[in-house]
Amino acid sequence: MHDTTLKPLEVGRAASAEPPPSTGKVNFIEVQNLSLWYGEAQALKDISFDIGERVVTAFIGPSGCGKSTLLRCFNRMNDLIDSVRISGTVKIGGHDINAPEVDVIELRKRVGMVFQKSNPFPKSVYDNVAYGPRLLGIRNRSELSAIVEESLRKAALWDEVKDRLHESGLGLSGGQQQRLCIARAIAVEPEILLMDEPASALDPLATSRIEDLILELKRDYTIVIVTHNMQQAARISDYTAFFYLGELIEYGPTRKIFTNPSRKQTEDYVTGRFG
Amino acid sequence: MTGARVMNGQAVTRHFRAERRDVGSHFFAALTGLSTLFILCILAVILINITWNGWQGLSWRFITTIPKKDFFDISTTGVLPMIVGTTIRVFVMTFFVLPVGVITAIYLTEYAPVRSPVTRIIRGAVNNLAGVPSIVFGLFGLGFFINFIGHHMDTILRSPEPTWSHPSILWASLTLAVMTLPVVIVATEESLRAIPMGLREASLALGATKLETIIKVVLPQALPGIMTGGILAVSRAAGEVAPILFTGVAYYMADLPKRLTDQFMDLGYHVFVLSTQSPNIEQTRPILYATVIVLLALTFALNVTAVLIRARVRKRLRALG
Repeated sequence: MHDTTLKPLEVGRAASAEPPPSTGKVNFIEVQNLSLWYGEAQALKDISFDIGERVVTAFIGPSGCGKSTLLRCFNRMNDLIDSVRISGTVKIGGHDINAPEVDVIELRKRVGMVFQKSNPFPKSVYDNVAYGPRLLGIRNRSELSAIVEESLRKAALWDEVKDRLHESGLGLSGGQQQRLCIARAIAVEPEILLMDEPASALDPLATSRIEDLILELKRDYTIVIVTHNMQQAARISDYTAFFYLGELIEYGPTRKIFTNPSRKQTEDYVTGRFG
Repeated sequence: MTGARVMNGQAVTRHFRAERRDVGSHFFAALTGLSTLFILCILAVILINITWNGWQGLSWRFITTIPKKDFFDISTTGVLPMIVGTTIRVFVMTFFVLPVGVITAIYLTEYAPVRSPVTRIIRGAVNNLAGVPSIVFGLFGLGFFINFIGHHMDTILRSPEPTWSHPSILWASLTLAVMTLPVVIVATEESLRAIPMGLREASLALGATKLETIIKVVLPQALPGIMTGGILAVSRAAGEVAPILFTGVAYYMADLPKRLTDQFMDLGYHVFVLSTQSPNIEQTRPILYATVIVLLALTFALNVTAVLIRARVRKRLRALG
């Protein structure tokens, strides 16, 4: 499934600094005793941990371990599935996001998401990025244009698309489409960016551009990324959480997870012995 | 295949098998080709027959004249009121059937719980509606729209004389709309389901409500499919006679209809009248065939217009969205 060649894991730029840099709260996202069921099948089992502000946290683990499900708890995308039932709490900035008074629409404006399969709307590049701001009621043309430009710049896409803003977003390459989706997500100025395997469908060059971008973005955003690519987790994340069969097996600074894990299962997984 | 056979007779075996496959596929190709040819022949015979018999009756005067009461005389008759009547009833029907059908389809695909028995019953009802004979829709229109709704409207509005409780363009069009509803619903549902879940999720994840997502992302994408439904509905309805028999069509009117509550003359029904009520069949035949040509041309024109509009929508979607 993954690279089976056991080369020494490159622990990248992000993880080299110890302790991992955090300019914000260490418990920006608090997960407490979170369990989730799809009908009868339990997908998450009593998960508790905190995610820091403005750091990159990677979720790793074999397919079906619940990492994407957990990610989708943070913007309540699981609400879309009728059979889902959860217990426990998820707090963001100290507020329980599943509390009855919470407006899920408001939550999703604060917690952006980038999907595994890039999914630009079949609209122009401009309209893709302006979609979120327009939902917020921004109608002023110059204001919109400024947001679009700024978002595309932050997503490192501006120079490539500035002359074709009014052409279809579907005409871009795969990597550009994914960066367009990132631009679209940050155009509403969320605090958190959830990324569900954002580079799994991209070639190595496009992947490395996305990774550079993530390192740029973490200055402004709290980033949680699900990835199947161990090297990627090692390169870009400050913290890593390893999941297996719906359980959080180990969570800690990325460098420690990859070089000196405390659990045998983690070690086996990150060295490619199973998964 | 055993090793020995491969070594001894590989070439022969291969050759033999390839030939057998060829015979089979050639036979099948010929069969499909012949079926297509057969259908084309039937179509050609119909068109040639109609054109051959009808072209003498066709003239500019014919399609722009409002006929006198005796419309069996080739030198003075015309079909203008029928063209107007058929066109109007098709447009009024489209006006009603598209919104109702699209909204129903949106409910079924976007809102209704997938596995609930209620949803299944609604789907089943829609499919059954498609199988109801059109004369039954005609009777339904008479009973429901004219005798029930029309009657009560006259009572409530205190009409001095029956205004709503008699056959009219409005009731005929509504009856046709009910009949073509399944076509629009099924076509719209299919186009809605073809839209990737990822697009809806992307919109919702940006904080759009479900309604905003449907209006801004889902519906624009589904538009060509919805228009296909509209085209099918128009095609089906344009030539239908049975549903309008009791609900709006008139044997003869001296004038063009002026209000939706007026009755109307209709091309399809006129063909029926010409072929069954004529005092002199031989003399009426050219008029009959010419009317059929006009009916076919009108149906074709309505279809082509709709297809062209759809093509433009598709092109715009592809270029921009």
